[in-house]
Amino acid sequence: MSHHEMSVEDVKKHVRTYIAVFVALLVFTGITVGVSMLGQNQGWTVTTAVLIALFVASIKGSLVACYFMHLISEKSMLFGILALCAFFFLVLLLIPVITVSDNVGVH
Amino acid sequence: MSTTVIPHDLEPHPLTGMYNGKFGIWLFLASEIMLFGALFSTYVLLRVGAPPGQWPAHGSEILNVPLATLNTAVLISSSVTMVMSWAALKMKKFGSAQVWLTITFLCAGAFLVVKYFEYTDKFHHYQVWLNDPMPVGGHEVTTIKGHLTADSPKLECSEKTGAFNIPEYVIITPDGDHGSSGHGEAVRVEGSKIKRISNFGPRHSPYLATYFTMTGLHGLHIVGGMVVILYFMLVGGAIWKRSPEKYTNRIECTGLYWHFVDLVWIFLFPVLYLL
Repeated sequence: MSHHEMSVEDVKKHVRTYIAVFVALLVFTGITVGVSMLGQNQGWTVTTAVLIALFVASIKGSLVACYFMHLISEKSMLFGILALCAFFFLVLLLIPVITVSDNVGVH
Repeated sequence: MSTTVIPHDLEPHPLTGMYNGKFGIWLFLASEIMLFGALFSTYVLLRVGAPPGQWPAHGSEILNVPLATLNTAVLISSSVTMVMSWAALKMKKFGSAQVWLTITFLCAGAFLVVKYFEYTDKFHHYQVWLNDPMPVGGHEVTTIKGHLTADSPKLECSEKTGAFNIPEYVIITPDGDHGSSGHGEAVRVEGSKIKRISNFGPRHSPYLATYFTMTGLHGLHIVGGMVVILYFMLVGGAIWKRSPEKYTNRIECTGLYWHFVDLVWIFLFPVLYLL
């Protein structure tokens, strides 16, 4: 169902979802900070800390995108555009790998 | 006089499944993802390539995690109030929607006030690197972090490099344990003993340059969002009277932008403060 044709009852249901997502986001924020402090005390490696922090942040980001931005009820064309965007975003993030694999002058 | 009707201004476009304004804002957000993606990529590059000891092991060594956690809660709250404003409009409750919008605006303001205190603290907090170890608080140290006293001479910047010139001397109150200020006794350090001096601004290190660039750009997005929200707080009534559906759509588009700003912060917070 598109947002164009929502009834008042539908909106009320959405409001309950928004409040649940809000509470979940606050809880996940607490978890992010707690896990970070735990990692510091336990001497976790940077890789472990990065993976856990980004995993929790991804859950939070997905909640915001799916429910607050209504991505969960959007049409497929938007997903195509966002998938393309996500692909190029990953390319951007992987560009630094080139500097690691660049062996010019090393051998 | 004939009027030009913008197609699919209110009803969904058959191809995209949404009205044109919403599709436009999604395309804009896609470009924003690439903008912040470039900065996150820069962060990865600088962090991976940093020589040992040049990048803090944990952001909390330099930054204030409790304040950032508070700001995260404030921004999440503003996101929920924004979507509540849209939901109220969908239920034809204009007054209630404007109240939620005003709360969103206030939350955004609170976020910027907290950020102001964070930034101000960084610009008044200094680090002095020494040529040789010297005794401070019973320990031999090669670097002193703390606040310059009022008696300390004013620092001047080099026009060429932008770095602080080495002054004749500085008087600095070293940080106490865990970076708390004002616990140590003020120390006078002669200029001849100073290798480098900097506040914790962008010039301090690649880490702080990255921090100020990313949070600064994010802050500008907050300001941009506040301008739009303020506009709808002021003229929303007139638009609502003309076309309630159009106003609801505009608030939805503003909300999409605002949630994106929240989403960026959700990733900035752990990356800069907790890792």
